[in-house]
Formats: sequence, structure tokens, C-alpha cells
Amino acid sequence: MELIRPNTRFDFIGKKKFTIWVSAIAILLSLGSIIYHGGLRYGVDFAGGILLQIKFSKAVEISEVRNAMEAMGSKEAMVQKFGGENEFLIRIEKGSEDLEAMSRQIQTSLQERFKGQTLEIRRAEVVGPKVGKDLERKALWAVLLSFLAILIYVAWRFKQVSYGLGGIVALVHDVIVTYGALSIANLEYSLTVLAVILTIIGFSINDTIVIFDRVRENVKKMRKEDLETIFNISINETLGRTILTSGTVMMVVLILFFFGGPVIHDFAFTLIVGLISGTYSTVYIASPVVLVWEKYVSKGRKRSR
Amino acid sequence: MLRSLRWKFILYAAITLFAILLFLPTLTSQLPSWYTKVIPTEKIHLGLDLQGGTHLILEAEADKAVESYVERIKNNLKDDLKERGIPAGKVEREKGNQIVLEISGEKEKWEKLLSERYSTLQELSSSEIGGGIWRITLVLDSRQTEQIKKNALDQALETIRKRVDQFGVSEPEITLQGTDRILIQLPGIKDPQRAKSLIGRTALLEFKLVDEEGDLEEALKGNVPEGDIILYQRVVDPKTGGVKKIPYLLKEKTLMTGEVLKDARVALDSQFHEPYIGLEFDDIGAKLFEQITGANVKKRLAIILDDNVYSAPVIQERIAGGRAQITGRFTTDEANELGIVLRAGALPAPVKVIEERTVGPTLGQDSIRQGIISILISAVLIVIFMIFYYRLSGVIADIALVLNVILVFAVLALLRATLTLPGIAGLVLSVGMAVDANILIHERIKEELRWGKTIRAAIDQGYHRAFTTIIDSNLTTVIAAVFLYQFGTGPVKGFAVTLFWGITANIFTAVFITRWVFDYITLKLKIKKLSI
Repeated sequence: MELIRPNTRFDFIGKKKFTIWVSAIAILLSLGSIIYHGGLRYGVDFAGGILLQIKFSKAVEISEVRNAMEAMGSKEAMVQKFGGENEFLIRIEKGSEDLEAMSRQIQTSLQERFKGQTLEIRRAEVVGPKVGKDLERKALWAVLLSFLAILIYVAWRFKQVSYGLGGIVALVHDVIVTYGALSIANLEYSLTVLAVILTIIGFSINDTIVIFDRVRENVKKMRKEDLETIFNISINETLGRTILTSGTVMMVVLILFFFGGPVIHDFAFTLIVGLISGTYSTVYIASPVVLVWEKYVSKGRKRSR
Repeated sequence: MLRSLRWKFILYAAITLFAILLFLPTLTSQLPSWYTKVIPTEKIHLGLDLQGGTHLILEAEADKAVESYVERIKNNLKDDLKERGIPAGKVEREKGNQIVLEISGEKEKWEKLLSERYSTLQELSSSEIGGGIWRITLVLDSRQTEQIKKNALDQALETIRKRVDQFGVSEPEITLQGTDRILIQLPGIKDPQRAKSLIGRTALLEFKLVDEEGDLEEALKGNVPEGDIILYQRVVDPKTGGVKKIPYLLKEKTLMTGEVLKDARVALDSQFHEPYIGLEFDDIGAKLFEQITGANVKKRLAIILDDNVYSAPVIQERIAGGRAQITGRFTTDEANELGIVLRAGALPAPVKVIEERTVGPTLGQDSIRQGIISILISAVLIVIFMIFYYRLSGVIADIALVLNVILVFAVLALLRATLTLPGIAGLVLSVGMAVDANILIHERIKEELRWGKTIRAAIDQGYHRAFTTIIDSNLTTVIAAVFLYQFGTGPVKGFAVTLFWGITANIFTAVFITRWVFDYITLKLKIKKLSI
């Protein structure tokens, strides 16, 4: 079976004047939304605070739970329905000192107020503000260092700095767009989302390398063609693979999105955005960066020599 | 070529078999005994986010341990100064690890005392403030300070381990994290609240005398006599549930602590059927207790746990034999908890819970069930899709994929790794890359065939070309995984581990195993047309 006919020649790179605007708008929208919302909506994992997921044995209105929380003086508590029936998330984002005692107090006073019921604590998270900051700082460092390592490895393997740079710029694009989507959808930035960001980084760099690799091969074969044409041919030649791979992975993520349950829902949503961005960025970010760099920076250097 | 095919088959089959043998203990525990003798029976553990349980990070306030050490030195110094007849005005602890003295008299006398018996203290400043009185500031030297902090943390770890063991949690994990944190993982625990209060309790048991001469009323107004303190007894009214606090005026000096305890048992009072805790002291404790009770007959001795007075019975007579009781209106649960913490000993420094993650057992099951269902659906769809699109070659790819997952699980089992939600994300990514590797190879072979190459040449070239791509893309990801593992924490690490082994297995299955199958069907079975 063949998905893409051989000798297909879509002019991908030729559209770059148009797609630069698409990327620019996507990044502006992302950053704009993040700035408008005053940064990402940090979950308890990073910001510190309390998160309780409680299941009541009998029907309870959300307003009753809210009233109960207000009655015990926790005005800043956010209550929302979660998953199945009679299940609620109570969230307090706060950097105050004795969160642990507070969490205990909430549990006992809720139990007192809803006397005839059994309350099941499905999940309880108490994160001190210092822990969250530590976690975020370490994750950030790990990601930055891995970016640097990728840059060096790719530049070495392809014997051009531009390829490493192209790969990294594409990764940064994907990370920004994914965070942007998170911000626009007003989802919370949690540890699970961090895992998704890592997955997207892995997927995106994989996708980029596959096309760069074909370019490297074609550069040797097609000495007469200019680099832009070679990129276009290479993208077309690997198009079948790109569609198959991205399609298969997308299928898996869509299944996770629809059947994975509430815990995995946000995880899958972020992954969908990241996958689209990761596939797009290979063609429209990584490749143009290499082209522009080779055209202006490398050539300029050669001429001045 | 055909000979090497056979050797490769034996090697690959052996690896596969070994992987399956390693993975089996994770699936079932009912294995014959010969099996468990030969094969490592390490299992993949499910993380607390999947299995349910409590994860705690405690921060030990090690500075408090230093403070109490310096406080003890200060008290000794006070006694020594008195004993040697050195007039001392003020002997106080300041800023946690400093002692300030105001002394007079012969200089050599105190200098001798300090250098002989208090060599761990360094002189920070010393000046005459007039009238022959010297003000000396001493500080605990930094090596000793570090040592005390380290000991406190080690001891806290040990104590918590004992408490958790007695509480009865299967496979708890208690480790040091960094310099001042303790990580505690309690899988499958049913009552996290109780576990927390048990673990976090300082459990410092002290015996102090009640100041019978002092005026409690005056003290409560703020005029606490020199060398006295006020502590409270909490009394819960069983009818109303209200809490009453009874004040006691006590001598500050601690006569005895829980360090000399040998055992603490919960028993039932034969008269009122109320639980009490029977204490048993070791030899030193027994002698000390005999001395103390002998010297203070008809006075009240307060039994204090973590600054709460539990009882203050009147000493009727000298008590020999090294036994005492703590009474109070305990519930059975409370009494059991007290028994555990007293047996395990006190924490040398107070601890604070700075992170808690509890996943109830049902939530863990729910997310596993939904996760497994969706992963199974996707696996089936991928398998069907590969066969639909690549026919026979798709079957080969599917075999490689299944083998890939088995290999990863085998390695994870061998490493006794813990599978968490981020870990599953890493696994999903590596499976995605395995699918990609197969697609890359197949597309490349197709391309070569299209250019008019023979089947053998197309396979050779296809693998050869795709191999560089796969190695480059996979190695880049492996490098990222190594960095994430090295510099990341908990969840980032979990992701990196499964990703790393997933990709390693991928290179083996997608490149070598499938290659063998292709070689076999073209060389041995001599097929004329490749179904791809």
C-alpha cells in the first residue's frame, strides 16, 4: 500500500513566508495568553497548597460543599466537580506554613458537617511552597541541560551548527505553543503536564532528526540542487513516514483522550497539541532555521574569509 | 550467511526467553519453587499514584537538635561553674548555638575549666565589662554542629523506620533525601492520618518535678519563678467533647527522659478497664528512677510527652524495680500509638511534613483500569493497522513491538523499578518510537524496491539507510533521557528510566530482530515477492 505517491512534490518550504506568520501568531497568542493570565496556572504540585479529592457516598450539591468550606473559614478554597457522581476537588493554593494541619482540619470538619455520609479521600496532596519551587527549578535545569546536549549531539552528527540550532528552536517553539494551549484552555500546570512536555520534546526531536537525516543523505546525492530544493525533496520523500507515524501516535493519544478517564484527560489534551506542533515545527521551524542560517550566517562567513 | 542466521536465532531466542522468564514474576506469584531458585524474582512495583498509598517528605529541624545539645552543655557549665566556685552572673544560650557568660574571679580558673571540659566550644569574643566581670561569648564549633545535625537526621530516620515497622505497612520505603529531608513511601496504607501523626510525633518523654512552693496563680499572671516553667495537661470531657487545659508549675530541670526506656506496653486497668501504658526502664533508668523517687517522696512527679503533661502523681514511696505507668483517659487507639512511639524512641529533632501525596486505593485502581483499557485498545489498533498497511511485513513489525514491551518490562523488573504515571508516558513515547522505527525501515525498503532493486538488495539498503536515521533519532532521545535522569527529580526520573530502556529495547527489536526475520524469509524460504 502507498499513502503518498512517489515523486510527490508539495512545495512545503515555498510556503514559508505564509507559515512564518502562522508560527508567529501561534507564539504571540501563547505568550499573550500566558502574560494575560499572569503566568501559567500552577497546580498544587508547583505552587504549593492543598488538593483534596473527596467522594461522598450520597448525593451532595456542589454549593453545599462550598458552603461547608466557607463556614470553616476557608474562603480561598476552590471547589469543583470531578469525574463521577458526588466527587469533588477542593483546592487551596497557598504558601502558608502549616498546610498539613489545615488539610487535616478540612477533612475532619467536612466529616462532621456531612454526618450521615461516608467520605472517601480519593487523593490528598499537600505541597509546601519550598518543595514546589525546588521541583520546578530542578525540572527546568534538567530540560535546559538536555536541550544543550541535544544541540551539541545534533551539531556534531550533522557537522553543522545550524542543524542543532534548527532542532532546538523547533523544540522551544513546541514547548511555548504547548504551554500556550494550556494557558488558553485554562488548564493547570502539574507534574503530569510536565511529563507530557518531556514526551513532546522527545517526539519532536525524533521527527526533526528523521527529516534532517534524509537531507544529509540527499545533499551528497544531489550536488547540483540548492539546499532549499533538497529540503523540499527530503520532506516529500519522508512524507509517507511522517503521516503514518504521526497518525499512529495521534490515534493512541486520541484514545487516551476519550477513554483514559479524568486523570489522564488533561494529559492527553496537552499531548495532542504538542504532537501537532511537533510535526509542524519540523517542516516549518527546524528546516527554515537551517536554511536561513546556512544562507546568511555560514555564507556570510565564507565570503568574508 | 545461513549459518550465521542460525546462530543469531539462538541468541535472539535466548534473550527473548530470558526476558519472558524475568517478566513472569510480575504477572503471577504462583510459580514453582525451582523457578524462584533459578530466576530472579524481582517484580515491577507500581508507584503510589497507581497503587494507592501515601508519600511524605519530612523536613527535620536539625537546628533544634543543635539547640538542645547546646542547652545541655549550658546546664552542665552552670553546674561546673558553681562547683568550682567561679562566680557567674549570667549563663544563657543565645542564637541557637551560642552561650553567653558573665563571670568574675580568677581568669585562669575559668580558662582552665573551658579548655579542659568544653573543648567543643570556641571563644567568639571576650571582654571586661567593668567591675571585674567578664562577658564571654562561646560558640559550638562548626564540625561538631554538622556532626550533631547528621546524627540527628540518621537517628530520626532510624526512629521513623522503627515506628513504621510497628505500624505494619508492607514494603515501606524510608530514605534520606538531600541533607535535611526524609522521604517516606507507604504503599497501600488505609489510614494515612494516623500514620502521619505517628511518624511526625517528636515523642520526647520527660519527667519533671512539680514546684510545690511556687505560686501558680502568680506564675499564670506572668511572674514565673526563676527556674520554673508552666506546662498544661489537656483533659477531654467525654460527655461534651470539650477540651480543658490544666496548668502546672514545674521545675524546668528535666530529671529523666525517655532515653532510658526499655519497653512500653499498653495494658488494661483491672479496676476501671481503661488502657494505660506500662513503662519499663533499663538498668541505668531503674537506678535513676529509684534515686529520684527516693529523694522526692510526697512530691508530685509530672510525666510529660512533647510538652504535654499526661499525669502528675504524688510519689508515695521510693520505687525500685524500674517500672512506671502513664495514665490518662486514653482511647485504645491513642494508647497503642503512644506505645509505638515510646518503644521506637524520641525523634532527636522535630520534623515537619512539607509534602504529602495520598492516593486512595480506589482511585489508583480506577486510573489503572482506565489506563490499561485505553492502552490495550491502542495496542490492538496499532497491531491491526500495521498488518493492514504492511501485510506480512506488518506481522513482523508487530512481533518486534510485542517483544519490545516484554524486554522493557523484564529490565524494569530486574532493576526493581517503580512504574508511575510519568513512567507510563515514557513507555508510550518509546513504543511510539518503535512503531516509527518499523515504519522508517518499511518505507525505505519500499522506496528501494520502487527504484528497481532486488528484494535482497532493497532489504540490505533499506536497513542500512534507515539504521542511521533510527540511531540518530533514538540516540538524541537517549541523551535527553540520560540528562533528565541525572538532573531531574522523582517524576522526571521515572519518565527518563522507562524512556531509556524503551529506546534501548527498540534498537534491538526494530533493527536486529526484524532484520533476522526478513533475512530468514528471503534466504531460507526464498520468497519471490515481498509482501510489504
